[in-house]
Amino acid sequence: MFDALSDKLQAVFDRLGRKGRVSEKDVDEALREVRLALLEADVHFRVVRALIERVRERAVGTDVLQSLLPAQQVVKIVHEELTQLLGEPGRLATASTPPTVIMLVGLQGSGKTTTAAKLAVHFKKQGQHPLLGPADPYRPSAIEQLSQLGKQVDVPVYLGPERQAEALCRAALQAARTKHLTPLILDTAGRLQTNDDLMGELVRIRDDVKPSEVLLVADSTIGQEALKVAQEFHSRVGLTGLILTKLDGDARGGAALSVREVTGVPLKFIGIGETLDAMESFHPERMASRILGMGDILTLIERAQETVDAERVQAVQRKLRSGTFDLEDFLEQLRQVQRMGPIDQVLSMIPGLGRQLGKANENEAARAELRLTEAVILSMTPHERRNPELIGGSRRRRIAKGSGTSAADVNRVLSQFRQIQQLMRRSIPANSAKRNIDLTKLFH
Amino acid sequence: MPASGGFASLREAAARTRSALAGHVSAVFGRTELDGSAWDNLEEALITADVGANMTDLLLERLRGRQRRGDVRTLEDLRRALAGELLSLLDGAREPEAFLPEGLTLVLVVGFNGVGKTTTVAKLGRHWQRAGRDVLLVAGDTFRAAGSDQLSVWADRLLLPCIVGQRGGDAAALAFDAVSSSRARGYDLILMDTAGRIHTKTNLMEELRKLRRVAERQDVHIRTLLVLDATTGQNGISQARAFREAVGLDGIVVTKLDGSAKGGALFAIASEFGAAVRFVGTGEGADDLAGFDPEVFVETILSPELNNV
Ligand SMILES: Nc1nc2c(ncn2[C@@H]2O[C@H](COP(=O)(O)OP(=O)(O)O)[C@@H](O)[C@H]2O)c(=O)[nH]1
Ligand SMILES: [Mg+2]
Repeated sequence: MFDALSDKLQAVFDRLGRKGRVSEKDVDEALREVRLALLEADVHFRVVRALIERVRERAVGTDVLQSLLPAQQVVKIVHEELTQLLGEPGRLATASTPPTVIMLVGLQGSGKTTTAAKLAVHFKKQGQHPLLGPADPYRPSAIEQLSQLGKQVDVPVYLGPERQAEALCRAALQAARTKHLTPLILDTAGRLQTNDDLMGELVRIRDDVKPSEVLLVADSTIGQEALKVAQEFHSRVGLTGLILTKLDGDARGGAALSVREVTGVPLKFIGIGETLDAMESFHPERMASRILGMGDILTLIERAQETVDAERVQAVQRKLRSGTFDLEDFLEQLRQVQRMGPIDQVLSMIPGLGRQLGKANENEAARAELRLTEAVILSMTPHERRNPELIGGSRRRRIAKGSGTSAADVNRVLSQFRQIQQLMRRSIPANSAKRNIDLTKLFH
Repeated sequence: MPASGGFASLREAAARTRSALAGHVSAVFGRTELDGSAWDNLEEALITADVGANMTDLLLERLRGRQRRGDVRTLEDLRRALAGELLSLLDGAREPEAFLPEGLTLVLVVGFNGVGKTTTVAKLGRHWQRAGRDVLLVAGDTFRAAGSDQLSVWADRLLLPCIVGQRGGDAAALAFDAVSSSRARGYDLILMDTAGRIHTKTNLMEELRKLRRVAERQDVHIRTLLVLDATTGQNGISQARAFREAVGLDGIVVTKLDGSAKGGALFAIASEFGAAVRFVGTGEGADDLAGFDPEVFVETILSPELNNV
C-alpha cells in the first residue's frame, strides 16, 4: 500500500483490533500515530493537541468502533478535520476607492519579494494595472531585486529617493493614485516578530496606507515558530491572509494549520516555484493530504493528465477494470512516469513513497530502480509480459541474464507488479465498473 | 573569533539562565516535584523547540529509563540528565578539527532559498579577513534577480574584493575563474555564494554537484558549508540530507538564532549526519556571527523564555 499513515494505522488495528471490536484504547493508540504524523509536518504542538482531541471525540462517538475498516475511518476523520481547519482559499479584497493596497509582511527570507512579483503577474492577468512598492531599505539590493523583477514582468515599480520604509510606502501610494495604478503591492522588509521597533514600523505603515490586505508570507519549511510569528504579526498589524511559499519542495507545510488555528485568517495562495507564474490557489483536501504525509496524489494525477495521452489512460483503466493489466502495460506506465518530469519529484508526490525517498541516496536509487525494472521487463518475451504467471525458474534465470540483473531482482519486479495489480483491483469496487477510478478513494 | 557581540551575549544569556535555574525552578518544569505535568512540560518544550516528535520520544524514553534506575529523582536531576542527553546528540556537531586548511581554499556556501547564505558569506568574509586570510568573495547567485548585486554591496561595505557573475551565467565557470584569479592575485580564501535551491529539485542539485566537480579539477582545497535557518522545522533534516548527498558537508551555519526560534532540528541533523556546526548567525549585520557553543545551544532549548541572544 502506498500511504504511510494508513499503513501504520492499519498495523495498529491489526495488532489490537483482532480481538473483535475496536476499543477506545485502540483508537488512542491509532491517534498516537496521527499525532506523530502531524508533528512531523511541523503543525504546532498545541494545535496538534486540539486537533487530536477533536478527532478522538468524533472517533469514539461514531462508527470507528464498529467499523470493519477502523484505520480508514480514522484517516477519514483526521483528513476531514484538517480540511475543515484549512478552510477554503481566501479571495483578495479590493478597496472601495482605488488604489487597493496590499501589504506583504513576514520573517526574513520567507519569499516576500518574489511573491510581490507573482501577485503583480496575477493582477496583470486579470487586466488590472498594479504598482510594485519596495519598502525594504535595509537588506542590500532588496529594492534592486524588486525593480528587476518588475521589469521582467513588465509591471511598474515605484523607485523614489526616499530612504525610509514609511516614506517609501506613502510615496508609492501617492504615485499609484496619480498614475491610476491599482493594486499597490508593498514589499516590506523581513523582520523578526520579536523586534519591537520593526514591528512598530509595520504598524505605522499600515496606519499610513490603510491596506485592504495585510498578507503574512510564510515559508512552508517553518517549524513550531509559525504559531508565535503569526500570533504576533496578527496582534500587532492585523493580518487578513496567509501566503505559504516554497511548496514545490518536500516540506509538508503544517504551518498552514498553525496559522489558521491561531489567527483564523484564510490561506490565500501557495507558492510552488521560482518562476513568476508559480503561484496558485490551493485545494484544502490536497493540502490536508500533504500535511498528513499522504502525498500530493491529486497533483500527480493532474500532471499525469497533462503529459499522458487520454486515450491511453482510458485503455489502461479498461484493462484494470477487466483485470487484464499486464507487464506490457506496466512498462508503458513506467515510461510515462519517467516522461512526467524528474523522477524524484514525481515520486515524492506519491504517498508513502515520498517518505521512503527521504532516505539517503534515494534519488539515484529511485532512478536506478526504474531503470532496473525497465530492463527486466524488456528482457521478457511479449508472451511472458502478457502472462507473467508463466515465469518460473528457468525463464527467470534467462530474464536475469538478459537484463544483467539477478533472479532476485526479477522476482522483486514481479512482486511489485502484482502489488500494483492488487492495489488497483482493490480500488475499483466491483459494482462501479463504469465509473472512472477515483484514486483519492484509496486514501480515505 | 571576531569581536562578536552575538557570542558574548549568548554566553551572558546562558549564564543568566543558569543562575536563575539554580535559585528557583526552571520555567520548563513549572514546579519542583517530578510529576506527570513535569514530563508533559518537558515534552512540550522539546517539541516546540523543533526537536521533532521522534527525537523527543527517544529522549523522554531514555530519561524515564534513568528515572526507573534511580539516577533521576528530582527536577534538577531531570534537567541535568536532559541537558546531558541533548549535549551528547550534539557530539557530532562539535568541531573536530579546524574548518579551514592552509593554502588556497574554496568555500562553497549552499542551502535552501532564503536561509541567509548571502549574508553569511559577507559575515564569513569579515571574520576570516580579520583572522588574517586574503579573502575573495564570489557572488555566485546568478539565478535570483539582483542576487549577485546583494553580495557586491556587502563587499563594498566591508572593503572586500568580489567577483560577480552574470545573471543566468554558469556558476561553475565563475568558480573556475575565481580560483585562477586568486592564484594570480594572491588570495588564499575564496568564499562563494550560491543560488538558493530546493533540495528535491534534481537538476538544481546536479548543478551544484557539477560546480564542485569543476572546482575539484583545480589545485584547490574545497569546503562546503550548509546554511540552515533556525526557524526551519523538520524539513531541515531533509535539506541537510540532500545537500550532503550532493556536495558533502564540511560544516553547518545555523542562522537567525537572534529570534525566538530554537533550531532544535539540529539535534536530529547533528546526530544523523555528524556534521560540525561551525558558526551561528545572530542578526543581519556583518558582525552578527558567532562560534557554535553546544552548552549555550542546549541551555536555550531548556529555557523557553530565553532567546538565543
Ligand atoms: N535576523 C536574522 N536575519 C538574517 C540572518 N541571516 C540572514 N538574515 C536575513 O535573512 C534574509 C535572507 O538572507 P539572504 O542572505 O538574502 O538569504 P539567501 O537567500 O540564503 O542568500 C535577509 O533579509 C537577511 O538579512 C540572521 O542570522 N538573523
Ligand atoms: Mg542569496
